[in-house]
Amino acid sequence: MNSTITRRGALGAAAAALAAPAVRAQGAPSAVRIGYAISKTGPNAGGAAITTIPNYEMWVKEVNAAGGLRLGQARVPIQVTEYDDRSVSEDTVRAAERLVNQDRVDFVLPPWGTALNLAVAPILNRAGYPHLASTAVTDRAPELGRRWTNSFWMLGTGSGAGAGLVEVLAPLKQQGRIGDTVALVSVADGFGIELANGMRPAFQRAGFRLTYDRSYPVGTQDMAPILAEAARGNPEVFVACSYPPDTLAITEQARVSGFNPKVFYTGVGTAFPLYKQRFGAATEGVMGVGGVDASSQRFQDYLRRHVASAGREPDRWASAITFASLEMLQQAIERVGRIDRAAVIRELQTGSFDTVIGPVKLQNNLLTDLWQVGQWQGGEFYGLMPLNKQGAKPAILPKPAWPAA
Amino acid sequence: MEAAAATIVTGFVLGGMYALVAIGLTLQYGVARIMNLAYGEFVVAAAFAALWLFTSLGVSPLLGLVLVMPLAFLANWALYRVFLTPLVRRAPDAGALETDSILATFGLLFVVQGVMLAIFGGAYQSYSYLSVPVQVLGATITANRLVALAFAAVIGGGLWFLLAHTRMGTAVRAVAVNPAAAPLVGIDMARTAALAFAVGGAVVAAGGVLVSTFLTFNAAMGMVFTMKALVVVIMGGVGNLMGCLVAGLLLGLTETLVASFVDPGLTLAATYGLFLLVLILRPAGLFGVAAR
Amino acid sequence: MSNAALGLSLLALAALAALPFLDTGFWLALAINVAQYAVLATAWAMFSGPTRYVSLATAAFFGIGAYTVAVLGEALPWPLVLLVAGVIGAVMSLLVGFATLRLSGVYFVVFTFGLAELVRQLVTWFEVNVTRSMGRYVFVEISQAQILWQLLALFGALLALGTWLARSRLGFALRVIGEDETVARHVGIDTARAKVALFALSSVFMALVGAVMAPRWTYLDPAIAFNPSISFTVLIMALLGGTRSLLGPLLGVVPLAMLFEVLTARFPNHFSILVGVVFLLVVYALPQGVSGLLARLRRGAVA
Repeated sequence: MNSTITRRGALGAAAAALAAPAVRAQGAPSAVRIGYAISKTGPNAGGAAITTIPNYEMWVKEVNAAGGLRLGQARVPIQVTEYDDRSVSEDTVRAAERLVNQDRVDFVLPPWGTALNLAVAPILNRAGYPHLASTAVTDRAPELGRRWTNSFWMLGTGSGAGAGLVEVLAPLKQQGRIGDTVALVSVADGFGIELANGMRPAFQRAGFRLTYDRSYPVGTQDMAPILAEAARGNPEVFVACSYPPDTLAITEQARVSGFNPKVFYTGVGTAFPLYKQRFGAATEGVMGVGGVDASSQRFQDYLRRHVASAGREPDRWASAITFASLEMLQQAIERVGRIDRAAVIRELQTGSFDTVIGPVKLQNNLLTDLWQVGQWQGGEFYGLMPLNKQGAKPAILPKPAWPAA
Repeated sequence: MEAAAATIVTGFVLGGMYALVAIGLTLQYGVARIMNLAYGEFVVAAAFAALWLFTSLGVSPLLGLVLVMPLAFLANWALYRVFLTPLVRRAPDAGALETDSILATFGLLFVVQGVMLAIFGGAYQSYSYLSVPVQVLGATITANRLVALAFAAVIGGGLWFLLAHTRMGTAVRAVAVNPAAAPLVGIDMARTAALAFAVGGAVVAAGGVLVSTFLTFNAAMGMVFTMKALVVVIMGGVGNLMGCLVAGLLLGLTETLVASFVDPGLTLAATYGLFLLVLILRPAGLFGVAAR
Repeated sequence: MSNAALGLSLLALAALAALPFLDTGFWLALAINVAQYAVLATAWAMFSGPTRYVSLATAAFFGIGAYTVAVLGEALPWPLVLLVAGVIGAVMSLLVGFATLRLSGVYFVVFTFGLAELVRQLVTWFEVNVTRSMGRYVFVEISQAQILWQLLALFGALLALGTWLARSRLGFALRVIGEDETVARHVGIDTARAKVALFALSSVFMALVGAVMAPRWTYLDPAIAFNPSISFTVLIMALLGGTRSLLGPLLGVVPLAMLFEVLTARFPNHFSILVGVVFLLVVYALPQGVSGLLARLRRGAVA
């Protein structure tokens, strides 16, 4: 610093103006600029408002309350640039270009959902930004992680989650605790279909029989006829690869019509706090995608902070994983100690991280150690599968009868 | 046999909901000639009002109707008088008014949606009210859906009575059938249209309150209701109440029958297919009189 | 449009084609967005302007074009893919055109919306039950610059076609139909054929835009390809700009695209309210769209 000042004195004011940015670059910047475009309006707003936005806001608040990200010796606060992608792929692409090329932010956080994450992936790849896709589920995740080595796929695959359910059920069938009949309904959209595609062969291999197997369009407003057909053969297992509004409608219809199979599984939305709030004690024994290790101190602490920050609980599937991805980003940046995106990407590829979902080490750019199946037990959505994962609970079976409303 | 009866009952209940959501639009578009693209936002706004009354103040949605409907009537009356009358005045012909009302209500759509997002956020909402099973001819229906069906019938019947048996109703029908000739027989066009728009708005609000008892909704879902209502209204024939009810029931029945006996994956395809077929065969809708 | 105006417009498009050499990031992305809507809205107005039929089927044709690329993109050479997309768009528009001849006014509006939804539902059903997967990955080697060039070429072709059309018998027939269809029939115009021909021309362009844009988002599913908001945005832009002249829609496309851009960027949390308010102001202040305003200004200047 001193030498600069001397030089300043020698060379005059004009040179100082030129020299100033150079000095900045050697030391810590005044802020780490983080940008994201998220669906504040449009069809994705419902998912983004529950899973993504509260976690982004909470992370920024917490980091800045601690003085900022630690770059070398200095603490540097985060400065946020946020856009609304309106749930449109084209707008998301443009917002990403704006963040990268106009605002020149230091890091970009991903949008919500599989389609939008795929839309920004080539841009972030070309620009060399780390891409922590925490709300994208796709069977092609392994291939995508290889294609774009800067991208990290945190929510597993649809078929993994589907096969996971069968892994929970197969031993139960062998013990004779459930029969072999399964009714399967799925929403005709990306994740619903991948989940169902993952289950079908797994069910077959495990010796289950599908008594009903149909899909229904997104936006179906009455589940009564579908549920009546699914219930006709009195299946032992009922599986709905559904989206939030249908998940609620299917549960409601099953409860009201007294359809109470031994295993009752619904898709996206089962892990939402709204689900518990809506059905209360009736959630007992309902299975779904996701889960948490509620015995973990880290998770309980996260839960408490989330309630304090957002005014409501996180969902029990992608919320904690989203927050964990932010912790990973933070730890990677702090280990590198400067804004060096290539080094941060390398650290994310190879490093081990300590997060709200426990220790994380990515395998080939994928998070593989995550809860595939969860179950509501005593008002908490516990992870069941992987069976040997820390905190895994045994399944409650058969599902207790629906309590009277 | 019993299964078929149950399916038909379920279809009727769903169709009743479609009709309920569409009745308001048939008044707003059929009589007041306002192509209201913000229609669905009003459905969702009423749903949020019911949610708020129920969860914060403990007011049951049925009681909420008594509060929300008159409010919606006044709001829609004011909306028509303040925002839409200038457009009606300056429009040289029906086509120009259609274009203007599409543009204006498209702006309104964003405003209403923006206000709801600012107040309630984008998250999904749902609450439990009257979700107890009722057995009807072998079908298990939740009570809240039956209540909605009953209200659709009451509102539809009440409106039909008003339109058929009162002086004001006759004026409204006259405007719906022939807007050019109505003033010639001494009908105050502006007042009649404003009234139809406001009554339509009150009915929309009733629809929103009632569907909120059984549908999961969020602030971004308005367009779904707008388009469903438009399809029902057009299929029935613009400005025709009976057409609206019949079209709603037909769409509900089709959806349920296809879900039960063909493939639930084709329900929406079947309802849109039916709608297109009806228009190809009857270009002015089921009950519409072909113009020109 | 006069020959001179057409020549100038084509020159301007050629100049815009140099943009990717200056910036390959945000400005290119913005240009692609504007160019996309320019072609769509102009094609929309080419049919809806003279005939006064308000169509909400834009998303149907756009989506069919995009899906053609998703299915065939890696199997066929690119020009052939575009050709197939155009042909499918044409065939579908002819079928629809003949089916909707008897519809008028709002019946046509909602029919076209229903059509777009029906196509989307059928594609969804086919994907789920026949190909057994949903969502397609589009890994076609097409750069962003190439997307812009193709869109500019489409726009140029559209302007040339529109100029030629205005002078042709078909264009004259359409203007008569727009004024009064009964009169048109009486003077011996085959109104049905004229309308369907124009509808098909306009739809082919929409399908081609869908095809050109498909590689941009990596991932396509029916909800993205057949998004009804495409239809609404195009309709609003064209109506706002004015549908009476060939370049009219452009006057709605550019300001609205910029407005959306500025509002999403500056006010991400109040985008809806602000865009709605601006919209209402525009509707009340500009009764005949932007081209109506320009026409009035010109008249004012002359007088």
